Amino acid sequence: MPPPPRPPAPPATPVSPLAVYNGTFGVRQAERLLWRAGFGPSPGHAEALARGGVVNAVRSLTRPSGAATLTGPEPKDSDGNALAPGDAWGHDHLWWLDRMVRTNQPLVERMALVWHDWFATSDGGVGDQDLMLGQNALLRRSAFGSFEQLVLDLTADPAMIRWLNQDENSKRNPNENYARELMELFTLGADRGAYTEDDVRELARALTGWESDWSAELGHHNFRYVPTRHDDASKTVFGASGNFGWEDACRMCVRHSQHPSYFVDRLWRYFIATPPSAGDRAKLEQAYRSSGYQVRPVLEAILMHPQLHAGPKMVKPPVVLIAGMLRALRRGVDSDSWRWLAEGAGQKLFWPPDVAGWDENRWLDTSTIRGRWSIVSEGLRDRYLQGDALSSYDAAETPEQAVAAARAFWGDPPLTSEAVGSLTSFAQSCLPVSMATWEQHQYRGLRQNALRQLVGCGPDSQVC
Amino acid sequence: MPVPAGTGLSRRSFLSRSAGMALAVYGASAMGPQVFEDGIAAAQAAPAQPVLVSVFLSGGADSLSVLAPTGHPRYSQLRPTLALGAGEGTAFSEDTSLRWHPSAAGLAALHGEGKVTTFPAIGYADANQSHFTSRHFWEVGELNPFGRVGWLGRFLDQHGTDDNPLQGLSLGYDLAPALATGGKPVAAVAQVDDYDFWSPGVWGPIPDPMLDEFGRQGSLATADPALAAARGATAATGRLRDQLEPFQSGYSTPGGVTYPPNNSFARRLGGLAAMLDADLPLKAVALEAPGGYDTHSDQASSLPNNLKQTCDSLLAFQRDVEARGLADRVLVNVWSEFGRRPGENGSGTDHGAAGASFVIGSRARGQMVGEFPGLTTLDSESNLRHTSDFRALYCSLLEQWFDVDAASIVPGASGFSRPQLVD
Repeated sequence: MPPPPRPPAPPATPVSPLAVYNGTFGVRQAERLLWRAGFGPSPGHAEALARGGVVNAVRSLTRPSGAATLTGPEPKDSDGNALAPGDAWGHDHLWWLDRMVRTNQPLVERMALVWHDWFATSDGGVGDQDLMLGQNALLRRSAFGSFEQLVLDLTADPAMIRWLNQDENSKRNPNENYARELMELFTLGADRGAYTEDDVRELARALTGWESDWSAELGHHNFRYVPTRHDDASKTVFGASGNFGWEDACRMCVRHSQHPSYFVDRLWRYFIATPPSAGDRAKLEQAYRSSGYQVRPVLEAILMHPQLHAGPKMVKPPVVLIAGMLRALRRGVDSDSWRWLAEGAGQKLFWPPDVAGWDENRWLDTSTIRGRWSIVSEGLRDRYLQGDALSSYDAAETPEQAVAAARAFWGDPPLTSEAVGSLTSFAQSCLPVSMATWEQHQYRGLRQNALRQLVGCGPDSQVC
Repeated sequence: MPVPAGTGLSRRSFLSRSAGMALAVYGASAMGPQVFEDGIAAAQAAPAQPVLVSVFLSGGADSLSVLAPTGHPRYSQLRPTLALGAGEGTAFSEDTSLRWHPSAAGLAALHGEGKVTTFPAIGYADANQSHFTSRHFWEVGELNPFGRVGWLGRFLDQHGTDDNPLQGLSLGYDLAPALATGGKPVAAVAQVDDYDFWSPGVWGPIPDPMLDEFGRQGSLATADPALAAARGATAATGRLRDQLEPFQSGYSTPGGVTYPPNNSFARRLGGLAAMLDADLPLKAVALEAPGGYDTHSDQASSLPNNLKQTCDSLLAFQRDVEARGLADRVLVNVWSEFGRRPGENGSGTDHGAAGASFVIGSRARGQMVGEFPGLTTLDSESNLRHTSDFRALYCSLLEQWFDVDAASIVPGASGFSRPQLVD
């Protein structure tokens, strides 16, 4: 009897449904990955990632084990006190910034930031930092899991309930705010024919039933679902009729045929500057659907994709710029300034401009560039040459050496050759033609301070 | 009178004043004093430019609160908790079935002086009730969700210059989308008197060349779109810094003009009046009114204060430009992405369709455009019907205020009426 045929070996699970970047993966490429999927490199991180190749590098970010560890000095406010993120004005921003700077799981924080933009909730409407921090914890633990579960959890999240008036959406007085944004911004997108104005009104009815109490002492509290506030009559949503409740409403949106395309396209745009091809889009939608609406498989495919590693640059969001700068400087959060400086560059955490989040296409203009200048100035506070360091500065330093020293100060960030050339011309021409001996030292030190500012906030450092 | 060289103005401030005379002064440091004097004399002889100020009420302002239709039979039924009390506010003289909200007293006062052209029900057919889509339509001046250039940006692309970012100025932390151009430079600045660039440990002979180098980093060429955007914004920042340098030690407001305190909107308007007085070359300016108008709940507690801050500031700005003798060349347009639903939802109002818009200025005609459509017949979604179109408003502003052809700026311009907005 012939031996039974050997069962064919199961096909190796593909690393990604899409092409995987197969070019050089060196330190520069690892740095870009860390900027896109985190907050830039901390010293040594890019070198370590480059050694393992792109697949391992991505998985080290998307599959962290255990709880994050925070390394470095504990955050403090300007008076040297510990942060009180739930109570003190602006400390919520500082508290999250500190996690971005010190975590060893940067993509977890970056995904929380993605969700904060995607489901943009502002304390300007919520008015309670503890509730905002509660939502922030939800976003953090939902970094890579089920998007459907995230939508369900957010629908029951007190900050969201307050923000979009779900606790005022009752059978007697339906309030459409959440129903509209759930479809328009969270799951389906506007102007795509995915829903009608009737769907908005009917979905609002399905979402009725939440309530909260208010007291002068506690503010809004005791968020809960109250069946008697729910409209339990039949509704018709997306052409289907039934006695839908809030969980049905969430699931119908996520399982809508036009949700995967919205999800895939939007998630892609957080990480890659150019849109996916039609073929890649279809494969990602399929992967997303067949995974049961899991985030991680889509995210891994995006982060391994050649367009991320070899495609055009992206602008660093303001808090990413700040966190990355503090990482490069090995400086912890030690000042209240980071909140208003981030605001001046256009991104105050927990205060997105509106429910659509920040406009990633408009980070840079004459107001926010000035804000970025101020960020770098603050970064250099206590890190500039003064006193003896100036009066004894190398009087023989050449322009080339001066530019190289300023680049090294920042951990050798990538600069284009034309930017280096222009900086070198500046270093050549900024000094007076004739200088006294003391000026030979001092002015070269001042030049070094200026070069640190210029390298830190020049246009090349705003992109990754 | 020409400003003589060496009157204490730094090189940069002299530059900005020269640019303010609409006379390009390139490489000014290489020019002799006589060139300046001749150039400024010539520029002062040129007519001053009209300026349009766009004020956005974010969130969908409830027009039925600003101009409450108290004389309409269904009003109290639709607004059981939000209706104006008997005798509250002041009657709208052009249609006494409407009453100004008490918090809109500043606007009512200007209307009484004939300086407010009112659109009581402006919108467009099949109103989109998404904040973002409807606002976008207003920003780009067409019902095109994919438009990338603002209507004022299109105006500047055709009638602006290549070297003056002040021609389209956002007063705020972000560029106003209406001002987004296809190529011409425009600017954003949060506060005009707070635009200095300081760096620790940089003094002596180094700051000036450092700032020049910062601008030069912005002028380098690149094929990468994101890097090009970063460099373009850096270059524009360098130019704007030159232009705003005279304001870095503050500005003064004419005696008798009082802006509401602790209000960044008012402070921005005050800075704007000072910039106009200094002849800075502005054409289109955009800023957002204070607070949010997306009053789904607790409308009675949030709307009055926001409305009062907005209207009091607008009144102060009008008084400011009047005192400075600039009122004939400044026009303000106040708008919102939509009005709110006539039927309240318990404590607030949901998104609606037609809303209100205002054109304010000494040259505003002061005559209502389109009637109030009443509350008896609403549209198929129970919203207010529109009796004027925002694109007709834009066509009239372009043609009557800027004296340019609207046809190449507002798509389908020939299909819109041209309400008379200014005298």
